[in-house]
Amino acid sequence: MSDIVEKTLTALPGLFLQNQSVSGPAAAKASFSSRLGGLVRGITALTSKHEEEKLIQQELNNLKATVSAPTTTLKMMKECMVRLIYCEMLGYDASFGYIHAIKLAQQGNLLEKRVGYLAVSLFLHESHELLLLLVNTVVKDLQSTNLVEVCMALTIVSQIFPREMIPAVLPLIEDKLQHSKEIIRRKAVLALYKFYLIAPNQVQHIHIKFRKALCDRDVGVMAASLHIYLRMIKENSSAYKDLTGSFVTILKQVVGGKLPVDFNYHSVPAPWLQIQLLRILGLLGKDDQRTSELMYDVLDESLRRAELNHNVTYAILFECVHTVYSVYPKSELLEKAAKCIGKFVLSPKINLKYLGLKALTYVIQQDPTLALQHQMTIIECLDHPDPIIKRETLELLYRITNAQNITVIVQKMLEYLHQSKEEYIIVNLVGKIAELAEKYAPDNAWFIQTMNAVFSVGGDVMHPDIPNNFLRLLAEGFDDETENQQLRLYAVQSYFTLLDVENVFYPQRFLQVMSWVDASLSFLDGFVAEELSQGAAPYKPHHQRQEEKLSQGKVLSFEPYGLSFSSSGFSGRQSPAGISLGSDISGNSTDTGLKETNSLKLEGIKKLWGKEGYLPKKESKTGEETEALPVPQENIIMENVDQIITKNDQSQALTQSKEEKEKQLLASSLFVGLGSESTINLLGKADTLSHKFRRKSKVKETKSGQTTTSQNMTRSSFSSSSNVTYEEDYYLDNFQDRGDKEVKKFSLNSELLDSESLTELPLVEKISNCRLSTPSLFADNNMEVFHPPQSAAASVANEISLTSSLLEETTEHMHSDLMEVCNNETISVSSYKIWKDECLLMVWSVFNKSASELKSANLEMAPAENFKITEQPGCCLPVIEAESTKNFQYSVQMEKPFTEGNLSGFINYQVMDTHSVQLEFSVNLSLLDFIRPLKISTEDFGKLWLSFANDVKQNVKMSESQAALPSTLKALQQELRLHVVDIIGNEGLLACQLLPSIPCLLHFRVHGDMLALWFRSSCSTLPDYLLYQCQKVRAWIDPQLPVPIPCFHPGMTRAFKAECFVSVFLSSRCKKHGKSGGDLVSKDSESPGHLCIVYPKTQS
Amino acid sequence: MIKFFLMVNKQGQTRLSKYYEHVEINKRTLLETEVIKSCLSRSNEQCSFIEYKDFKLIYRQYAALFIVVGVNDTENEMAIYEFIHNFVEVLDDYFSRVSGPSHTQASPYRAASPTCFQAGNQSSRCLC
Repeated sequence: MSDIVEKTLTALPGLFLQNQSVSGPAAAKASFSSRLGGLVRGITALTSKHEEEKLIQQELNNLKATVSAPTTTLKMMKECMVRLIYCEMLGYDASFGYIHAIKLAQQGNLLEKRVGYLAVSLFLHESHELLLLLVNTVVKDLQSTNLVEVCMALTIVSQIFPREMIPAVLPLIEDKLQHSKEIIRRKAVLALYKFYLIAPNQVQHIHIKFRKALCDRDVGVMAASLHIYLRMIKENSSAYKDLTGSFVTILKQVVGGKLPVDFNYHSVPAPWLQIQLLRILGLLGKDDQRTSELMYDVLDESLRRAELNHNVTYAILFECVHTVYSVYPKSELLEKAAKCIGKFVLSPKINLKYLGLKALTYVIQQDPTLALQHQMTIIECLDHPDPIIKRETLELLYRITNAQNITVIVQKMLEYLHQSKEEYIIVNLVGKIAELAEKYAPDNAWFIQTMNAVFSVGGDVMHPDIPNNFLRLLAEGFDDETENQQLRLYAVQSYFTLLDVENVFYPQRFLQVMSWVDASLSFLDGFVAEELSQGAAPYKPHHQRQEEKLSQGKVLSFEPYGLSFSSSGFSGRQSPAGISLGSDISGNSTDTGLKETNSLKLEGIKKLWGKEGYLPKKESKTGEETEALPVPQENIIMENVDQIITKNDQSQALTQSKEEKEKQLLASSLFVGLGSESTINLLGKADTLSHKFRRKSKVKETKSGQTTTSQNMTRSSFSSSSNVTYEEDYYLDNFQDRGDKEVKKFSLNSELLDSESLTELPLVEKISNCRLSTPSLFADNNMEVFHPPQSAAASVANEISLTSSLLEETTEHMHSDLMEVCNNETISVSSYKIWKDECLLMVWSVFNKSASELKSANLEMAPAENFKITEQPGCCLPVIEAESTKNFQYSVQMEKPFTEGNLSGFINYQVMDTHSVQLEFSVNLSLLDFIRPLKISTEDFGKLWLSFANDVKQNVKMSESQAALPSTLKALQQELRLHVVDIIGNEGLLACQLLPSIPCLLHFRVHGDMLALWFRSSCSTLPDYLLYQCQKVRAWIDPQLPVPIPCFHPGMTRAFKAECFVSVFLSSRCKKHGKSGGDLVSKDSESPGHLCIVYPKTQS
Repeated sequence: MIKFFLMVNKQGQTRLSKYYEHVEINKRTLLETEVIKSCLSRSNEQCSFIEYKDFKLIYRQYAALFIVVGVNDTENEMAIYEFIHNFVEVLDDYFSRVSGPSHTQASPYRAASPTCFQAGNQSSRCLC
């Protein structure tokens, strides 16, 4: 033991003596307290855990005897509680004292009560049964005239309170919001915050009171209310946009030093309050230009004010940077924020460096050039002695991984993996490596080797999806049979080599993988071959989806993208058949031209993805290519290349040491592709960053578009279609014979295209042109700028119609049929979906069948994991008259992508004055309910196409080739709500978006009897899902066609995979082929949702 | 969101613990042992933030006492780092002024409280 303890021991008696001498009358009390002192002293003096255990057991036995003795006074009990708290804090069970803690809170005087409450809050947890015994005490104390008692009760409520007892105290606490003492108001707000956390529904009605708390004259009360607001805004920012001004004003006052000095921390005014406010602003300004504009000033001021050299100002700065990058971008602020990040990253203080890396990781996706700027620092951090810094750097690299730098990044990750021992880190890292390897693997050998490394290190702890995905990939293979064979052969060979090494331990799961591969490949070979022969399109990994058939056929039509890059010689590179522009440039295959797009490009890649010779090759080659490239990219790419070159030159000139050169080389290989990719991203940024931005530029285009010829307008479609007069002509031409209402229907609903209107193909395009002008997709604020009369009216109607009758609403929007969800003898509840442009509107129509009126009718939705449900105003009276219908409307937004979801809720009502009746119901929602057409121009399509990383491609067989295109188009448009962007020859471009704003693009092309579908999106799961839906639609067009095996993706949920399999295999026409398929499925059909069908060997 | 707040001395003895989410007693001991182990393994040149399971640990050392805060990943590390210091300043301020009967007032803070936070000043009351 150290001498500190010795000192302590000698000092302690003096300490207590001193206390006693100072406080004569308290001497008696001191004797009790010194027991705790004695206990602490005793424990500190011990040298082993075993001794400690013995001492505490003894102590606990004493305490047990004391607390249960009838002679024990409350004062003694209080002292016992303190020791019990201490024992339990050290990890020894003191549950025998819990009930006494509650009693103490009930019966004691102020001080004893306080200790009792403290003990309760430390001993019990939310669902502890004893907690119910506390409720009465709390209610009593809340009504007390003694402020201290009220405070204590409020404190315990905000710490721990049983959810089901909230109604018992809620009114009392609400009253306290008006209390004259600010401390009571503050504690009441915190208690309500607690309620909001555990039962948000119960405090919904007091939102207006929260607003009062926000404007409270006391800073403490205001600060307390921010907790609630941060939470609520996180869940639904749109409902609180009107408060932006208030938050901005508050932050301005805080930053301007208007708070009392008590709130200063090292002369920084209320730093944690500032951080809280910055977070709230970040959430409010996200994707919302108008709201963001309100906060630019105060953000700028925050960045400026936080110049003081203190840790806490760095914390504020970090939050500020985060907010600046979250809200709608403003270049000045971004610049300042980037500078700030630079300061962090370059700081010698290790904590700041960490903060800088974290900030960089956050902003890297929006601004990859920032990574280029700091590339040397990042390289240094990669070899930092602190593993935490290293890990944060790897996290950053993980975000910028692409097909060019994958080998280097994965190598770095594996290095780290070999060093780490903690399970959590291994699991996390292994998952990331496997994900990257599947996504970007340059060749088979590399892939197998990487996966071998992953299995041998993380085999015991990894997520079971990893081996499953891997085996599936081996089993299903690619489109090229020889390639498959090679991959499998390589895998088996590598396993033999590994197994040959003696005395090496491999994780169980790795051995399973090996044995599975060896033992059952043949079985699956047969299966795969059989399916292939039936026209099934097999799984293709990302890097090999390049299709020979497609590109062999003939030169692609490049017109879809022609508007921005129509230069003929090179347009092949921008077409969907080429890999993305970025990878092409830095991929720098040796020969250019058509031949390249035809082949799989594996040769070029293999050469390049080696470790050697990145830098010089890349520079020269990229330079060449950029020269040949058409206009818009050229400059930017050149800039980026220049940047790299000058950087390299500079540092090379500075030092020629070998080490430095190595770092340079590493940098160039790590950040390869990033420059060119950033070009695309930057290009795309104007488009993808925010819809509104694009919208704005469209207005400009429109202006210029008006001067061009009308033919031109048709070609460039949407940009010019907002020309109102022009559009009206369209209506006249095309819909002359249809009623006014019909026209409206067409212009507002993409889905309502009936079969008549599609008799001639060009019409599809024209209709989609007209449709552009609908308010739809971008629920933004500058909408009114260029809307044609109809849609302006429609958007107004949208708002009004929420309160008005359904009929109006339903004529405007596509809706589902009325379906009864539940009923009883008095009421019948039906529901239907209205697929509104900006959300899904669920309408529950409650029909009162009885002859008497229903009182306090209330319909409530259960909070669902994947959805954000907002009640629409419009039903004010909770009374349903006899034999009448009342509608409840809820708008539903999806929070994270899913395939199937369930929305449940209940309705309760009272007949006359009897007891209330509750009726539960639920409806199913599918992802398709949230898909809306994305109305973009061909040009935008081209840009977006290049900026998306996730793609899925598949060939499907068609029965009759050419005639299938229009009908397929029609089906896709009707069933999936895709938007037909353009049709050129035998190619079609379609676009849709997943609400609120995840775009997905589809390129499809008819070639002979094959239909090549190619999806791209910014979301990894969306393409797979849509592909699956397309296949379903296609089967609907032509039931004779075989349905291919769905292609899988690591991001898919298990349930969805199961659904695919079940639906595919159970379909009758699949069943009659192939015994293996049937067998597998029958196993599954008994327990749907169970995935053993896919990998019988490994799952069991 | 702060998940727990710990004061642990160099010997690995818990001086104060407060959990904001329920953790079973036997798991607490284990967690505290691992937390202090990972804090002790860090040098001055390394940063004050550690990843531990799905928590971030932010720690500060005052003489022989470690104060460790476990947060989830939504938290601003530096803000918590300074929050620890603020907490310590408040404790120091509060307890150094207190004398007489209230000093003996029962409180779990007492065990770890007084001036021992001032690094280097391992005063007579230090219980680290």
